[in-house]
Amino acid sequence: MRNKILSISVFLFFSIVFVIFFKGLKETNIYTPDLDIKKEIPFFHAKDFYTGKKLNTSDIFKLNQTYLLNIWSSWCVPCRKEHPLLLSLNENKKINIIGMNYKDNKINAEKFLKELGNPYKRVFEDLEGTIAIEWGAYGVPETFLIYNNKIIRKYIGPLNLNIIEEIKLLIK
Amino acid sequence: MNILKIIIIIFLIYPTSNLKAEDLEMKNKITKNLRCLICQGQSVYDSDSEFANSLKIIVDKKINEGLSEDQIYEFFKNKYGEWILYDPGLNKNTYILWLLPLLIFLAGGAIIYNSFIVKK
Repeated sequence: MRNKILSISVFLFFSIVFVIFFKGLKETNIYTPDLDIKKEIPFFHAKDFYTGKKLNTSDIFKLNQTYLLNIWSSWCVPCRKEHPLLLSLNENKKINIIGMNYKDNKINAEKFLKELGNPYKRVFEDLEGTIAIEWGAYGVPETFLIYNNKIIRKYIGPLNLNIIEEIKLLIK
Repeated sequence: MNILKIIIIIFLIYPTSNLKAEDLEMKNKITKNLRCLICQGQSVYDSDSEFANSLKIIVDKKINEGLSEDQIYEFFKNKYGEWILYDPGLNKNTYILWLLPLLIFLAGGAIIYNSFIVKK
């Protein structure tokens, strides 16, 4: 009787361990952030890059419009690479590109825009990087696709041609 | 007269400095329990990356706003997911993690009880 209980419990124990490890085997242990999120955009206060006026979320993002929020900085090398893509995307009238200038020096940032062109309808400053945290961003560059005050898609790292195509499909 | 002055000075300084120290302790505790998501194996407290520095500013602000530790964790969990916490709470993804040691402990106790105490 005792032997039976023992063997059953040993069997049960190993089968539970097996199930746990088997489940763990399929799951990736590399952390992948949630990219396909449908979250409300956060409420924040910021300063306009050119006029220095105070702004909040509702000044920038309106309902029933598509926005692309791009976090950029003049010291960020991948931002330089993705900049021509943003300029080309700006030709599409359905989308409003908004820039968040992340932890940057104003003179350098202005130079950057003069040199490479300005695809942004509006630029606001984030000197401390705290607004980026409100958005759940990791760093620069990072891009959010926003419709109806909801984040539709989030792209971490520089944009590429495939992503631009995807954005164009999504906003059709 | 001098004693009176000293007492007044102590009275003025004591409450504020005490509060600051408590806040700093809380800030350190919270940042030690937040994972720096763009670093490898470092907490926000240990890291000096742009991301971690911004996070520290936010923790400071939230403490000043009077939010509790749990509310601050909840805020970051909302933004970045459970992964940002080193000490995950009990939910459907982590219940095995929390309950398995307890179960093993109980099973071990049962085996010991059966084979040593009941035998006698």
